[in-house]
Amino acid sequence: MNWFTRPASDTQITHGQRLWLYTLCGLTMAFLMAPSLLVIPMSFSDSRFLQFPPETYSLRWYENYLFSIEWMDATRVSFTAAILTVCLSVPIGTAAAYALHVSGVRYAQVMQMALTTPIMVPVILIGIGVFFLYARLGLNNSILGLVLAHSMLALPFVLITVSAGLKTYDMNQELVARSLGASRLKAFLTVTLPQIRFSIISGSLLAFLTSLDEVVVALFISGGENATLTRRMFNALRDEIDPTIASISTLLIAVSCLLLVLAQIFGRERTTDYRPQEDT
Amino acid sequence: MTVSLSDRVQAATDREAPNRETLHQDSVREHRKLLGLTTPSFLLLGIVLYLPIGWLFWLSLLDKKNEFTWENYARLFDPLYIKTFTTTLEVSVIVTGLCIAVGYPLAYMLAQLPRRAAGICMIAVLLPFWTSLLVRTYAWLVILQRKGLVNTWLQDWGLIDAPMKLVHNQTGTVIGMTHIMLPFMILPLYAAMKSIPSDLMRAASNCGASPSKAFWQVFFPLSLPGLAAGFTLVFVLCLGFYVTPVLLGGGRVQMWAMRIETNVAVYFNWGAASSLGVALLAVTLLILYFANRLFGINKIYGR
Repeated sequence: MNWFTRPASDTQITHGQRLWLYTLCGLTMAFLMAPSLLVIPMSFSDSRFLQFPPETYSLRWYENYLFSIEWMDATRVSFTAAILTVCLSVPIGTAAAYALHVSGVRYAQVMQMALTTPIMVPVILIGIGVFFLYARLGLNNSILGLVLAHSMLALPFVLITVSAGLKTYDMNQELVARSLGASRLKAFLTVTLPQIRFSIISGSLLAFLTSLDEVVVALFISGGENATLTRRMFNALRDEIDPTIASISTLLIAVSCLLLVLAQIFGRERTTDYRPQEDT
Repeated sequence: MTVSLSDRVQAATDREAPNRETLHQDSVREHRKLLGLTTPSFLLLGIVLYLPIGWLFWLSLLDKKNEFTWENYARLFDPLYIKTFTTTLEVSVIVTGLCIAVGYPLAYMLAQLPRRAAGICMIAVLLPFWTSLLVRTYAWLVILQRKGLVNTWLQDWGLIDAPMKLVHNQTGTVIGMTHIMLPFMILPLYAAMKSIPSDLMRAASNCGASPSKAFWQVFFPLSLPGLAAGFTLVFVLCLGFYVTPVLLGGGRVQMWAMRIETNVAVYFNWGAASSLGVALLAVTLLILYFANRLFGINKIYGR
């Protein structure tokens, strides 16, 4: 019995009969992967018109990027904002998730909903709203304004991941610690926190990426010397297809891969995001 | 004088009753205090989300002289805006449809593959998901442009004579948006399919159902919650999508979000921009509300 005639599913359908499914899925996966994978070799091309495969290789576009003060400034702004976003959204998000989890009040569900609204509101609306507000507060084109807006956008992700982590954690352990004389804060820091650390790390990675990849809000509220990388890229793409962006894209893909790998490593410790939670 | 056992028990319970009451009150008070930990989050959201959105709502009801008016909402029925809405709806429906057509089989296969193989194939879904939106849009721009990969290859193979117009129009927008939305369809579908017990399919085929009958009568209905979640998510995200339609549509595809942006950036017409924004928010929340009522999807929302 070869592979083609072997049953592939519980309904005894064979792999041979499923070939169409495998082909379709293979093509879909190629469609999903292709853009990211094609940009990488193309960024090493020597010509102004990006070719695949490149005829001659060079690091020209990387030099363009690394020696451009503007691009470097934008990169610094983006990473600073992303790190500060993590520093702001993760502690307050974790505190909120903990409070909502522990206090079994009736309104907890509603409050959780209220805190996840940023992912439900269309981002363009947030963009113009925050721009309008910041114009009055003088926060446009400032890192502080950017970090506040990005932290708001990242908060739901932190809240969702940390809440998921808390659901799989046995809160009685904290009660035990407290009955042995630890204060609530100490019990949280020494007993609970170490056990939910993986969900906090996942939340931090998501918060970082949310800020780093954010385009629309940054388009409105960042500018001047505090323009983010995404804003500069967007504007550059609007005018013409600058091959320098291929090199920046490659570097951003590398960052994403790194974060994805980290998330997978830390996510393995608990139920991963794309699987249903055990207790729901 | 002897007190009966039942009396003593009664007395003890009475003594404890106020105690229990106080304990309960204590714990309630403590929990209320704990809720104070949510203050920073609410403060942040209050300042950079609720306040500006409320402000926009207010602005949408004012005319240029700051007087109350419905004018901004009346303008939503302007043919120009109606055109924008129909374009948005058209693109969103096409993209959502394509995502279902392509995403369902892939999610189905991922759910059936052995754990290790599924994990490897999952990379194909998660890598683009984690890659910057802008990077992916840029990649499509490069691939689809006039001298891009697709056109060069098709010409080299002699399949076409002149380069096809694949970008800066609706075709490009739809291709790019489908690529970006696919993971949002696949992940909830995958989660729903994974929770279907495989015994059910075995039972169906034991009872004499053909594979396709077992699929359509057992598996497919059970996967509907995931499909509903993916559908809602993709559709709602499409409605408010800005970046990809701007870059891949090249000005030829006017979507809702772009209309909002031009009203602010080009015409400085805050009334018009806010009424469009409020309408977009209302439609989005309505869809989410009904989807939640019908399918209870709020659990799956989120990256």
